[in-house]
Amino acid sequence: MTDALDLAIVRVSQAGLPLVPRPYHALASSLGVAPKEVMARLAAMLADGRIRRIGAVPNHYALGYTANGMSVWDIDDAAIGELGPRVGALPFVTHCYRRPRRPPEWPYNLFAMAHGRARAEVEEKVGRIAALVGGTCRAHEVLYSTRVLKKTGLRFGS
Amino acid sequence: MDELDRAIVNGLHGGFPVCERPFAEAAASLGTDEATLIERINRLLEGGVLTRFGPLFDAEALGGAFTLCALAVPGAEVERVAAIVNGFPEVAHHYERAHRYNLWFVLATETRGAIPATIARIEAATGYPVLDLPRLDEYFVELKLPA
Repeated sequence: MTDALDLAIVRVSQAGLPLVPRPYHALASSLGVAPKEVMARLAAMLADGRIRRIGAVPNHYALGYTANGMSVWDIDDAAIGELGPRVGALPFVTHCYRRPRRPPEWPYNLFAMAHGRARAEVEEKVGRIAALVGGTCRAHEVLYSTRVLKKTGLRFGS
Repeated sequence: MDELDRAIVNGLHGGFPVCERPFAEAAASLGTDEATLIERINRLLEGGVLTRFGPLFDAEALGGAFTLCALAVPGAEVERVAAIVNGFPEVAHHYERAHRYNLWFVLATETRGAIPATIARIEAATGYPVLDLPRLDEYFVELKLPA
């Protein structure tokens, strides 16, 4: 499905679009292909989910969302299939995944990210998750980020 | 940040058009013009409000893979180990968190088979065991915070 030209387009655009009036033409000329081919490939990748979106990727800290809490939960395996989507559907949960436990170091199998302008805001959101998961959860923690060390996004072919 | 900056951050979260003059088209919907929009995006990038402007690719959908990794590193070692981890181009995001597992990073690789090899190289380079926590299920992903 993904061919060499698709991957070449990923490589020239993954760090960002050229900030010129005709950015797709600029990509095309750097690849030596027709602009309409580049646009068709991008449109196809958008349509089938290889591109999640095209637009602005903000730094949440710069927007004032300095409290970034990764809440992790030890949910009964029998209940996670039903509860995971309900946690993910909470309007303030921005990412929600089931991941493997790694006992004994890591007992948690559900990750739900909550952002806020202050920790109290995140704590209130985590409290709402706790109320939803109730007795199916044996333990949970919130890991607050203290620093962004890198945020480049994927870099293929480097 | 003024009204237009906020409109750019909120209004261009996604949906940037694929056409000959996409900045002109997007500018029209934001009530500004092409040159102003390009200049503002440049400024937002330079000022660190935006980390990138362009397509967000899904490594897995492209035939590759990604996973979430964690390291438990003593405080005095954090700077050294974080720099080693950041030196790997496969590391797409990396956060320090207040926890015994204090370094959290996402690996994105071009092939599925590259994940275990990359983890082994990070373990060899840092001297710390990597907690590998691949996604088993995704319940929701839509990070859109109003500016």
